[in-house]
Amino acid sequence: MNNNKFSKESILAAANNLRWEVDENLHDTLMESIYENATSIANKVVKYPDKKQAFSFDRTLDKILTSKYLGFPIMFLILAVVFWITIVGANYPSVFISSVLVDSLHPILKNFADSFMPWWLSGVLIDGAYLAMAWVVSVMLPPMAIFFPVYTLLEDFGYLPRVAFNMDPLYKKVGAHGRQALTMAMGFGCNAAGVVATRVIDSPRERLIAIITNNFSLCNGRWPTQILIATIFIGAAAPAYLAGIASAAAVVFIAVLGITFSLVVSWGLSKTLLKGEASAFSLELPPYRPPRLLQTLYTSLIDRTIFVLWRAVVFALPAGMVIWLVANITIDGISLADHFINWVNPAAFIFGLNGVIILAYIIAIPANEIVIPTVLMLTVANLGLTNLGGGSGVMFEFDSVADTAQILHAGGWTLLTGINLMLFSLLHNPCSTTIYTIYKETKSVKWTVISTFLPILLGLTVTFFVTQLWRIFLS
Amino acid sequence: MNSLEMSNCANCPVHNMGNLKKLGIDMSSFDFVVALAGNPNTGKSTVFNYLTGLRQHTGNWPGKTVTRAEGGFEFNDKKFKLVDLPGTYSLLSTSTDEEVARDFILFGQPDVTVIVVDATRLERNLNLVLQILEITNRAVLCLNLMDEARRNGIKVDDRTLSKELGIPVVVTSARQGEGMNELLKMIFEVASGEYICRPYRIKSNSSELNDAIEKLSSEIEKEFSGLPNLRWVALRLLEGDQSIINAIRSGDLGNLKRQELAGIESE
Repeated sequence: MNNNKFSKESILAAANNLRWEVDENLHDTLMESIYENATSIANKVVKYPDKKQAFSFDRTLDKILTSKYLGFPIMFLILAVVFWITIVGANYPSVFISSVLVDSLHPILKNFADSFMPWWLSGVLIDGAYLAMAWVVSVMLPPMAIFFPVYTLLEDFGYLPRVAFNMDPLYKKVGAHGRQALTMAMGFGCNAAGVVATRVIDSPRERLIAIITNNFSLCNGRWPTQILIATIFIGAAAPAYLAGIASAAAVVFIAVLGITFSLVVSWGLSKTLLKGEASAFSLELPPYRPPRLLQTLYTSLIDRTIFVLWRAVVFALPAGMVIWLVANITIDGISLADHFINWVNPAAFIFGLNGVIILAYIIAIPANEIVIPTVLMLTVANLGLTNLGGGSGVMFEFDSVADTAQILHAGGWTLLTGINLMLFSLLHNPCSTTIYTIYKETKSVKWTVISTFLPILLGLTVTFFVTQLWRIFLS
Repeated sequence: MNSLEMSNCANCPVHNMGNLKKLGIDMSSFDFVVALAGNPNTGKSTVFNYLTGLRQHTGNWPGKTVTRAEGGFEFNDKKFKLVDLPGTYSLLSTSTDEEVARDFILFGQPDVTVIVVDATRLERNLNLVLQILEITNRAVLCLNLMDEARRNGIKVDDRTLSKELGIPVVVTSARQGEGMNELLKMIFEVASGEYICRPYRIKSNSSELNDAIEKLSSEIEKEFSGLPNLRWVALRLLEGDQSIINAIRSGDLGNLKRQELAGIESE
C-alpha cells in the first residue's frame, strides 16, 4: 500500500519536474496544436461554395436585428405584436370555456353534490376547489395556448440569442455576466427554469446576481394577470379602436420595466453585496433555422401550456378550498377573510393596493397563476355580491372580460389600482417553487431570503411613489 | 429483382426502424451507456429526444442544456442508456458545464460517445472532437445539421473524415430524422465491439511537449497500465489539473482501467 502510494506520488513529482521542461505557455501551445490539427482535417474534407451568397440572408438579418439603432425598437415591436395577438385572440375561447365550465357545469355539479353532501363539504369541493380550477382553466388556457407557441417559434427561429446579443453590453456595464441575458430570457418562460439556467454562468458572484434578478422577468404565471388587468384598466381608458394596442403596449412597458429593474438591481448588487468586475465570455449567434410549425405547436402545447396549466390547477384546487374556508369561517359574524382585508386595507391604501390584493398574494404564494382568480373570489366574498355568485367564497360566474371588470369596479378598483397591481405583480416575491429552486441552487438561506424579500421591498417602494404622485398630480 | 432488393433491405437492420424501441426514462437495466457530447447548439438534445422519445427542451440557442439528461432506448435487443451532456466548446477549461461533460466521458466511462457536430461549422467543432478522442477511443461522429450545410452549399466528405478521425461518421439531420437509422447502427457496432475505432491523436509541433507527454505517459502506465487515455491524463497533469491529480492520489484513475478491462473481457 505504501509502495503504491509512493509510486502515485512519483507520477505527480514527474509531472511537476516535466512542467519546467515544457514551454511555460503549455495551454496555448496545446490549443494551437489542436486548432492546427482541426484546420488541416477540415481542409481535407470540407468544400465551401464558390460564391458565399448563401450566407447573406443570415448576415443581413443579423445586421438589422442586432443593429445599434434598430435592435431594441425591433425587440419591443416583436414583444408588442406577440402580446397583441395573445390579448385579441384569447378573449373568445375564454368566453366559451367559462360558459361551459362555470355557467353550465357548475350548477349541475353543485346540485348533484348538494343531494348527498353536507353544505360545507359541497361548498369546499364544488364552490371552492372546482370553481377555482374552472376559473384557472378558462382564464389561463387561451392566452397560454397562443403565447407559448408564438414564443417557441421565435426561440426555434433563433431570435433569443439576438436578444441576448443586444442586451449583453448593458449587462456588462452593470457588472454582470453577459449570459445573464439568456437566463433572463429563460425567466420569461419560468423563473424556476431561469434560475437553473444560471448554471451556464461560471463565476459564483455573477451567478448569484443572475439568480436574484431572474424574478424580474415576467413568468408564465404572471403574463395572464398582466394581460387581463391591462385589458380591463388600460384598454378601457383608451379609445375603443386603440384598446388592444394600448393594453399590449402596457404589458410591453411592464416587461421592459422588469428588464430595467434587473439591470439596475444587478448594478446595485455588483457595487455593494457582490462586488466585482464582469468576466468576459463569447456568445455565439446560431444560424436562423426555419421553425418547424407543427412540431413547435405540438411541443409547446404539451410541454409548456399543459405543464403550466396542470401546475396551476394543482395549486388552484387547495387554494380554492382555502379561499372558501376563509370566506365562510366567521368570528363575531365576520369572515376570516374580511377580518384580514379590513385590517390590512388602511395600510394597503398607502400603496394604492387593497386588502384583497395583499391576501390574494399570500394565498397565491405557491403559484402566481391563481392571483387573479383569488382576487376575484375574495372581492365577491368581501362585497357580499351574492347575486353574482352562489354565496360567499364562491367564484362568480363571469362570461367575459367585461364582467370581470364590473366586479373589480364594484370592489372599488380604479385605474390606479390596476396599474399598481401590474407593478406589484412584476415586483413581488418569487413563487414557492422558484424560492425552493433558489435555495437548492445557492444552498444558502441568506441569498434565498434576499431573493425573496428584495422584490417585495422594491414593489412596495414603487407602488408607494406611483400612488403618492398620482394622488398629488392626477386627483 | 425488385422483390429481392426489397427483402435485402428489409433484412438490413438499418432499414427496420422497428428495431428501435424508445424507452423514455425507463432505464431499469441496460447493456450499454451512450454519451451525447458536442458544441452548444448542434442538436444534441434533438438527437436525444429522437432516440428516447423524451421531450427534453430544445431551442435554437446555445447553452440550454445545463444538467445531464438521461433516457433509454432499445435497439437490436440491446438496451442503451443515453446521456445528454451540456454543450461545450472545449474540455480544457474549468467551467461547470465543461466539467460535467468531461467528468462523464472520463469517469462515467460510456461505452460509446456520440459527438454531435454542426456540419456548417465543422472546423471549429473539430477542436472539441479531437479533445474527446484523446479521452475515449469509442466514439461515433454525428455530422448533424446537414440540411443546413446543403442549403448553404457546403459539402463535407464524410468518408475521408471517417478515415482521418478513425471513427465512424454518420451524416444526419436530426430535426428531420434523417440518418438516425445509420446512427443507431453505428452506435450498436461500436458498443458491441464490431467496429474498432482507431482515434486520431493530436499532433503537436512542440517537440518539448511531445517528449514530456511521452515521458509522463510511460510513468503513469507503470502504475495504471492499460489506461485508454494515457496521453490525455499526462497532458492534464502537465497543466496541473487538480481533479486529475486527485484521481491519481485516490486511485480513481485505476477504476477507469478496471472498468475498461471488464468491458473488454465481457465481450
